[in-house]
Formats: sequence, C-alpha cells, structure tokens
Amino acid sequence: MSYTSLSDKDKKEMMSRVGISSMEELFRTIPEGMKLKRELKVPSALTEIELIHHFEKIAKQNKYSEFLSFLGAGAYPHVIPYVVDYLSSRGEFVTPYTPYQPEVSQGTLQAIFEFQTLICLLTGMDVANASLYDGASAAAEAVLMAHRLKQKSNVLVAKTLHPQYRKTIKTYVRNLDIKIEEFGFSETGEIDFESLSSKMDEGTSAVVCQSPNFLGVVEDIKKISDLAHSTKALSVVVVTEPVSLGLLEAPGKLGADIVTGEGQSFGIPLSFGGPYLGFMACLKEFIRQFPGRIAGETKDVDGKRGFVLTLSTREQHIRRERATSNICTNQALCALRATIFLETLGLDGLKELAWQNIQKANYALEKLTQVEGIKRKFHGNFFNEFVIEFSGSLPKVESSLREKGILGGLYLREFYPELENCSLLCVTEMFKREEIDRLVKSLEEALKE
Amino acid sequence: MIREPLIFEISGKGKRAFSLPELDVPSREDILQGLPVRENIEGFPQVSEVEIIRHFTRLSKANYCVDEGFYPLGSCTMKYNPKINEKIAAISEFVLSHPYAPFDLVQGNLGILKTTEELMNEITGMDAFSFLPAAGAQGELVGMMLIRAYLEERGNPRKIVLIPDSAHGTNPSSAHICGYNIQEIESNEKGTIDISSLEQNMTEDVAALMITNPNTLGVFEADIKKISEIVHAKGGFVYMDGANMNALVGICRPGDMDVDVIHLNLHKTFSTPHGGGGPGSGPVGVKRELEPYLPLPTIKKSEDKYILDFDRPKSIGRVRSFFGNFLVVVKAMVYILSLGPRGLKEVSEIAVLNSNYVRKSLEKDYFLKYTTPTLHECVFSDKFQKKHGVQNIDIAKRLIDFGVHPPTMSFPLIVQGALMTEPTETESKRDLDLFIDAMKQISKEAKENPEIVKSAPHSSYVRRLDETSAARSPVLRWVEKK
Amino acid sequence: MYPDDFYYTKDHEWIQVKEDKATVGITDFAQKQLGDVVYVEMPKVGTQLEFHQSIGVIESVKAVSDIYSPVSGEVIEVNTDLNDSPELVNQDPHGKGWFIRLKIGDETEFEKLMSADDYEKFLEGIEE
Repeated sequence: MSYTSLSDKDKKEMMSRVGISSMEELFRTIPEGMKLKRELKVPSALTEIELIHHFEKIAKQNKYSEFLSFLGAGAYPHVIPYVVDYLSSRGEFVTPYTPYQPEVSQGTLQAIFEFQTLICLLTGMDVANASLYDGASAAAEAVLMAHRLKQKSNVLVAKTLHPQYRKTIKTYVRNLDIKIEEFGFSETGEIDFESLSSKMDEGTSAVVCQSPNFLGVVEDIKKISDLAHSTKALSVVVVTEPVSLGLLEAPGKLGADIVTGEGQSFGIPLSFGGPYLGFMACLKEFIRQFPGRIAGETKDVDGKRGFVLTLSTREQHIRRERATSNICTNQALCALRATIFLETLGLDGLKELAWQNIQKANYALEKLTQVEGIKRKFHGNFFNEFVIEFSGSLPKVESSLREKGILGGLYLREFYPELENCSLLCVTEMFKREEIDRLVKSLEEALKE
Repeated sequence: MIREPLIFEISGKGKRAFSLPELDVPSREDILQGLPVRENIEGFPQVSEVEIIRHFTRLSKANYCVDEGFYPLGSCTMKYNPKINEKIAAISEFVLSHPYAPFDLVQGNLGILKTTEELMNEITGMDAFSFLPAAGAQGELVGMMLIRAYLEERGNPRKIVLIPDSAHGTNPSSAHICGYNIQEIESNEKGTIDISSLEQNMTEDVAALMITNPNTLGVFEADIKKISEIVHAKGGFVYMDGANMNALVGICRPGDMDVDVIHLNLHKTFSTPHGGGGPGSGPVGVKRELEPYLPLPTIKKSEDKYILDFDRPKSIGRVRSFFGNFLVVVKAMVYILSLGPRGLKEVSEIAVLNSNYVRKSLEKDYFLKYTTPTLHECVFSDKFQKKHGVQNIDIAKRLIDFGVHPPTMSFPLIVQGALMTEPTETESKRDLDLFIDAMKQISKEAKENPEIVKSAPHSSYVRRLDETSAARSPVLRWVEKK
Repeated sequence: MYPDDFYYTKDHEWIQVKEDKATVGITDFAQKQLGDVVYVEMPKVGTQLEFHQSIGVIESVKAVSDIYSPVSGEVIEVNTDLNDSPELVNQDPHGKGWFIRLKIGDETEFEKLMSADDYEKFLEGIEE
C-alpha cells in the first residue's frame, strides 16, 4: 500500500519539469558509497485486511483484559463518555498541525484556552499551559522552573512522590546545578514533617509533594506550603489522580505555588502507559519562567475575539538555548480529550465521579480489613487508593489471586522495601459492588490456603 | 462560520451531559472527616450533550487540517495520516492494558515495542532504539544525555556542543538542558557545514556535533563521513536530528554514515497524526557503544518471552513514566508494515520528486538563497517581494486565502524572510499545482497590488490577530465575571 | 535621525553622557528589527557591569535579543516605566524608551564606540 497520489502521467510530467529521466537522479547529491544497494529487510507490505488480522493476533497475546484488576499507581481506570472518542477522532482535530497560524487554527486554540481554564479552576491557580508530555516529565519541569525562579540549588522531594516521577526528576537534573534530597513518610502515610523541617534551609528552592500521594494518602497541603514558605521556598504539589480535585480543595487555595500532574484520568484510556497528559499551573507572577505552550485571548484586526499562542519568547523556537524548556510537540490531542471529558462531566458529573471513587474505595477497605490476615497499613485519609498489609507470604497470595483471575493491586516491595507485605489497591467508579466483594472473598480464600 | 462562544459562556446550572450508575455501596459522610473538602468549583461548566457535540463540531470547522488540504511546512513532514493506523491503535487489548500489568499478561504490547525497534534498526542502520521519548525534543535531550553519560564515565563530560547555524531551536535548548554550552558552526555558501569551521572548532572540549541530514535547507550533507571522522578523531560524538528522515528512507541510512545517535519523529516520517500539537513520539536510536546508557526500561527477549529490563547499571535513568507513547508506536508499526520495502523507498523518492517539482516551478518567482540541489524540502525567501514591502509573513497570510497552510517561517535563521517548503510524498500533482499557482499569483500581487497581500488574509474567520497585546497583557484563561 | 550627542555600538545600543553618568537604550534600527516590544528584562540598581556585559533581554512577539552594556559602570537607575509600557521602546527609542542609567567606570571605553555619523554609515553597510 502506498499513500502517494501521482498517476503515471503526473510522474512523467513532473520528472520532465524537474529535468530528470530516472528517480535515481533525484539523489545524485548523495555519494554512491553511502547509498543502500539493497531493499530494506522489512516484511513485505500487508494489505488492510492482513494488517487487521496481524494485529488482532498480536492483541490476543495480551491477557490482561481477562483479569479483574485493582491496579492504579499513576494510571487510573475511569469511565470515558463516548462523546470523547467520537469528537476527538474528527479529522479536524486529529490531523492539523500545531496552531502557529492562528487564522486557520481557532478550533485547536479555543480548545486549548478552555483546557487551560479548566486546569486553573480545578487547581486554584492563575495560569496553566497547553500540556506537557506526562506527569513525570511535568514534575521534572516544575523542579527546573523552581530552580530558575529561586536560583537556589536544593530541592526537597517527598518519598511518597511516585517512584517513576522521582527517578525522572533525578535524570533531568543530573547535568544541572540542582541537588535533590528526599524526605520520608510517617506512620499515617503522610509526609514526615520533622524530616522535612530538618532538611529545609536557605538553599532550598522548592518542596515537592504529591497528594493524594503514592500510598494513596491525602496530604495536608496547607501545612506543607506554609513550611516551604517559611524559608522562602516554593511549594510544588503533584497530582497524579486529578479526579480527586472534584472533591478535595484546590491546592492553589492551600498555598501551592506550582501545581503539576497527570491528566490521564480525564478521558484518556490506560494505553499501556502512553500517550498521557502532563499538566502544569502556576501563580501569575511566575509566568515568564513557566514552560510549555500557552494560548491567550486577543482581538483581530476587525475587533473579533480570537486566540493565539502567546508568550512564545519563553520557548525553544525563539529563545533557543535559553528557553524555559525544549518542549516543542506536546500532547494536544490528549488535552482535547481531557477538555471534552471535563466539559461533558460538568460540575455535577465531576463531583459525583469523585464521590463514587471515595465511597467505593472506602467500602472496599472496610470489607478487606474484616478479613483475617489483612490490615489497613496507613491511617491517613485516602481518596481512591489505599495500602493493605498481609500477614503471611505475599507471593503465595499473589499467585492464588491470579488463579482466580484477579490482580490484587501493585505490590510495593520493589518500591519501598519496608512495605514488603503490602499492596496498593485502586478502586474507582468502574468497580461494581460484586466485583469488590469478589476481591474480598478471593483474598479470604487465598489467605486460608 | 458561526462564532463559537467559550463553553463557560453557555454554561447553566441544571444542565447535564452525563450520568453515572447509582452508587451501589453505602454512602458515608464520616469518611470525609479530616479531609479538605472543597465547597464548589467556581465557574466549572454545566452543559448538555447536544451542546458539547455542537461546540466541538463547530470548533473543529475552524481548523485547517491535513485531511482537508496541503501543508507545505518545511521540517514538519505533514504527510497524510492513514486511517487504518487509527483503527488498529484502538484495539481494546492495546488501549485498555495497564502499564503496571505483569509482563506475562502484556506480551503483545511488549512484542510491538521490540518489533518496532528492530524495524527502526533496519531502516536507520542503528543498533538499538528506545521509544521512551514523547517527542523529538525529548529524544534530542535523551540523545545528548547518553553522550554525556558515556563521556562522564570516562572522566570528562566536556563542555561544548557544536550546532550548525541552520539548526532547529530544539537542538540548542536540548543541549543546554544537558549542561552544555553551544558553539555555532557556520554554513558555507552551499548551505552545508563549513568543514574548515568544523575543524577549527572541533577540540577535545567538544562532546558532540548535532547535525540534521539533509539539513534544514533540504541539502544533503555529502561530507557527512568526513564530518564524522573529524568529530570522532577528537573523541566526540555525532548526533543526528532525524526530523528530515523523509528524504532518506530506503535510500541511505544514518547508521551507515557513521552517526552515533539519532532521534526520529514518528509524527513526521512515520505518519502518526500531529493532533494539533501532539502526541508525537521521538524514539532515540544508538550504536552499540551508547546502548548501555539508554533510558529505563528497555525490552528484551528472554527464553521466548519479552521482558522489561531494568537491570541496567549504566542507564541514564528514567525520562518519563512507563514506556513512552505506546499507542503512537503502534501506529508507526502499522505504517511500516503497510508499506513494505518498496513502499518505504517510494516515500522518499516521491517526497523528493514533489519537492523538486515545486522548487523548479517557483524558482523564478521566489529567491533561493542557496542554489545547491535539494532533497525533500527547500527554502525560498521573500527577497523579491520585499522590494514592494511584502514580507514572508504577508505571503503566508495570503496563502490562507487560497486554501493552503503557510510554509514554515521561523527558521532556518540563516535565511532572512524564509519560506521553508516541504510538500511530502502524499500530495497529488493537482494539490501541488494549486500551491504553485497560488504562490505565483501572490508574487504577481506583491508587484501589482501589494496591499492585498499585506492586509491578508481576507477570507478566514479571524484576521491578523493582535499578538502584541496578547503578549503585553496576556489573558490566558476565562475569568468569571461577578 | 540619530542624535549627535549619543555614542553607538555595533549591537545597536546608544549611550548618552552627562558628566559622569550615562543613559543607555537601543536605537531606532534595533526597535524596527525587533517589532512590537512586549517585555524588557533589566538588571537591579547597584549591579556592576563590565564593557559588553549583558544587561538584560528585550522581547518582542517573535524575537528575543540581548542588550549589552556599551561601557562598564554601576547601574544607578532603571526605567521602571518599561514594565507597564514596553511600547515606549518602539515609540520613543532614543528618549522615553531608555533602559538604564549608569555611573561610568572607565571613560576611555568611549573610544571603542561609534559617533552618529559612523553609526549611520554602519547601518548602510548592513545587508537588508
């Protein structure tokens, strides 16, 4: 299959105008010695039907869909209203270029402006950008931004920030004058305030926490922000599960200076990890150091309202090596999905969604802790994820659950050695009561074995 | 076209577009104790499903797109996005798989990542690929980090990265984030890297040269092997920005040109859609030497099973969550398998034919600063039109009236008033002729009636938006009027 | 067009001297090249500048440019009007669009600068 559109006659006419008699002449500027003298060793072309069969066969090698899975940890199974897929698959949204020419991109630009507004409303901040790659790289960009603003090297990062996000931050700062230091968590699952205070000093540019954190626990953002501000450091709050913002107070109202996170919960399917949707928002005084594309409202020459990409001088195509970030292509179509999702859910829908998440998760934990051998690990408040601890051999429990067709959450031993017998479970609105009951019953049986 | 308000402006209490099943577990208020519950989300919209559909359908009509017409955007490779790619990337076993799933339950996904890596190795002549980078810029950053890690391990990361003055802006910004200072290398009168300038600047303080080949002028750097030799002789690396790969597929391979590390843009050469600004994917390819430093995780085959390999002590670490833009990689794999070896070569042959056809047809109307033969793109400038007060931006805006998206204008910086034009291989002769005729017409207007060009566009819904006040007094979100 | 009592640099800055103090700005040519100025980043009062050291950055919608100090000295005043009205740089580049006032460090540095005549000749030589 070829997607070219030239007829034999077209080709002849064009070659004649260019002044060549063979296609090889087009490549005369490439030295002969460098040219490939053979065909590429890739499989012969497959037709559309063959492609569908080929990939359906590959898809059947995935067995994940056969399981009832309680995995969360930065990627959340949520409802996606059908209109999200329907609208975001329109060619006018899927196939345009970046909106550098605003006259022909008002659709994309207005959608971005709405997205930015929605993020500001949810996070309680003044300004949001048009998206970053994902929550992890967004957290890293936030650290770089704090460093540019404060010109100080130390950044304190909570151990309860998603392990992948912490690793990503470390990679991004490795060649810059930024030192990352981690501080631990307490018995409740919240951050250890003493540990944090003891590490803060005049050289701290930011304190980075996640809420709800990786262990599912909701942090006291006000207390953390006040502590950060006491040494003039910035409070960076990371939200990996933004559905929580349908219920919980906006970090901006609790003292956060920069709020960043993962928007996958907003209408983006699990997708085996990508593409996802990083978002970032900040206070307006930080705008010049803010990374990423931003759409702004303006008027045209006839006084009509329109939208444009603005404050572009922060970006790579103008500032080059002194740009606030090297980001060029971002995650526009994912941001569009999130925009449609949030506007479709609306105020009541989002609140209801958040409510169902916290209720179902609480129901699950309540029933689970009634099973002998299962303990609630952390007593801090949670949203839709929590940690349970098993007495006895976890691998045995794991395999027993697998046999019953269940994936019992994320086992934490590889991330926190001290949480060897613990699992992080996520329960969202997608789980029916009987599915939660099935989990409880299966665990009961597994622990008896 | 009906002017579409912001969703917040048509919002009203009591409207609903979606409902969830009733809660099937007991509802408890006491669990909220101690939680900072928000009273409300002021300004959050409430509309009906009909309003959602109409809102976004109308907005979509305000967008130009590849499905509608031509985008001669240099360096962007705005080719047609095959629809079968979309259908296959929507298969539920791909879409609904969780990234923390145990590996044995997602062998299909891991197989796709590994197979696409092998296909990319063959197409580019490199030895290994990582699909973690979410876009070209992130790929560049990773590539530079790999180089730095290699050099650091040997005691000296060095201080400088050499970048041609024709390079895309992400090149210097990526190198800078990596902790390097930038040194510009001049282009010669042919538009290619000046070898003596390179020789002079290539010292043992230079970690790498970042090169685009063909370069941003569309010219093949024929001296690439000599260039690599010069850089390697002083212990440096050659990084190739693969944004212009569309000229080389099946013709020659970066790996065979002694390049050490490259990135590709799946949303350019490999047909995955631009989506109005992403998601893309910027995989990084390396030669064996740099393979140990690739970001975590890589995929490998172990006893007939695909596994994620995190046991890589020299790796630069993680650069993002999970495995990269997986569904985008699926689309690129479908594309490669749908083309096969002949189809892949045809991509570059026709891309170069289309571009040269456009160049030949317009070379008398628009100034070409460099007369060197070009491959899949070429850079015109507004020099002739400037005499009448018409600049590249005016030409760009006037093209909109002819139903064509303007070419790239913000670079390369070495051509003043640039109009970087890349037709890609999917354009028909008819669409190319429409573009050529429009450009000729505009050139005529510039002489005979410059005002019509300078005040363009005339037909779009909004015209000449005030970007100055958007930057001076930014309004970056809707605010509820009290 | 270009005031006789100013000195000029190849980077299109001007400097006007009164006794031991000087005012610095960018020339009309520079503001035309940049287009509509949207933001000016300036140093703090008290900053010690060296000859040709970057004072700050000037941003237009589509471009960014460093401003270099024509001579060495200490910043004694900064034009805060530019914070709210960056357009002054476009409207009156040689007057109200000034950036900083300096206490001059080394008078001999003025020998390295151009007179109004020299600057105008320099502009003619620049390829458009």
